[in-house]
Amino acid sequence: MHGIIETPLEAEPDRAVRNPVARRMAAIAEEVAAPAADDVDQQGRFPSETIAALQSEGLLTAMVPVELGGLGAGISEVSEGLVALGRQCASSAMVVAMHHIQVACLVRHGRNELLSDYLVDAVAHQYLLASATTEVGTGGDVRSSVCAVDVEGGRFHVKKQAPVISYGSFADAILVTSRRSADSPESDQVLVLCRPPELRLEQVGEWNALGFRGTCSPGFVLEASGDARSILDDPYSDISTRTMLPVAHILWSSLWLGIATAALDRARRFVQAEARKRPGTTPTAAMRLADTAALHQQFADMVHSAALRYEEVADDPERSSSLGFAIAMNSLKVSASTLVVDVVRQCMVICGLASYRLDGPFSLGRHLRDSMGASLMVNNDRIMANNAQLLLVHRGE
Amino acid sequence: MDETIRTVLAEHGKLAVDVNSIDEHTDLFASGMTSHASVNVMLALEDAFDIEFSESMLKKSTFESIASIRAGVLEMTSS
Repeated sequence: MHGIIETPLEAEPDRAVRNPVARRMAAIAEEVAAPAADDVDQQGRFPSETIAALQSEGLLTAMVPVELGGLGAGISEVSEGLVALGRQCASSAMVVAMHHIQVACLVRHGRNELLSDYLVDAVAHQYLLASATTEVGTGGDVRSSVCAVDVEGGRFHVKKQAPVISYGSFADAILVTSRRSADSPESDQVLVLCRPPELRLEQVGEWNALGFRGTCSPGFVLEASGDARSILDDPYSDISTRTMLPVAHILWSSLWLGIATAALDRARRFVQAEARKRPGTTPTAAMRLADTAALHQQFADMVHSAALRYEEVADDPERSSSLGFAIAMNSLKVSASTLVVDVVRQCMVICGLASYRLDGPFSLGRHLRDSMGASLMVNNDRIMANNAQLLLVHRGE
Repeated sequence: MDETIRTVLAEHGKLAVDVNSIDEHTDLFASGMTSHASVNVMLALEDAFDIEFSESMLKKSTFESIASIRAGVLEMTSS
């Protein structure tokens, strides 16, 4: 029933060939995202051509089960596709990752008829889904909400001050966290599917950031109403623990791995070019390249095994909400967001000034700027504080 | 035992309501206990009853009500 684990992927040398979703995402990454990447970054514009190309192949609903019309892909397949996309354009990959996180929440926690029907429509129209979890007044804690959803006569209404909604202006629907009711405490949250024509967004400010510039992530005042069945069936605490958090950390880590892979590609080409100039003399940077390749391999294996680990436990409520799994998925995010900066930084030392330039084939400016965002989006210190708390009671099993 | 559980909840549960106003089946998470607070409740219960919850009991359902906490504590004290 759940698309996420329907297609277990075996670790085989020809994985890329056996994984059509990743292969198609990789082709779009090279043919569409790569040529636009610098413009997307420089203009801070939405990568519309990449999203349109993915839509034209039904790839935005890759994780929707086959019986609802989707491709029934597992997280490993999408993860691999995002590595390829992140390698060419991290902004595009971040938009696609965030979208798939919302799809996974709907697939796994939106069981009522309205939400199932919505997924069928999402396949047909290739809807792009965004998320509004952070809120003005909660200090960055996505597990508490100020706003509350009012339900009356089978209809809901919610109004939220969102400091950030990535690609909010370009999305076909937004999943919004909110308190369950006006009487509920801040931590008793639900997730609500909000969509036009009963979704109003008023943009607050601009998105002019160091990296991930193409995600177009300004603040918004969001107001929405609609059929009360748009509220997902499970409490947000369960959705977050079992799906949103692990899927987000795996898919983000995948595209960060893509950034690191692009940097390593450039470093490798740089060292090889040096080697060709003086055959017989190993370039000075070759040793650092070997070190960095080892670091990159740790990163790649960690992301790959995290995706498999998720697929193993996803449909088991006991294991997917265990402390050990939560600690592991938090650690993944912190490690991956640290490794991406480490790999890019090492590659800059390998390529030297050629990487420091903002032009030329070895420039790593965009990669460095994008990589710096990884530890800030859901701040690593907040995640580590959470793990520190969980480890006070975890038995290590 | 319920008295001790209620004392622990009053000190560490960060409930949005008075602990004496809820019954033993009231959902504590819906009453404002965060997952962060629930960890502190676990630690305080372990200290109060001199027990150590097993890994399999460290889940949301064990701590969702006074009744479920009592069942959990009884299971650990009888083993």
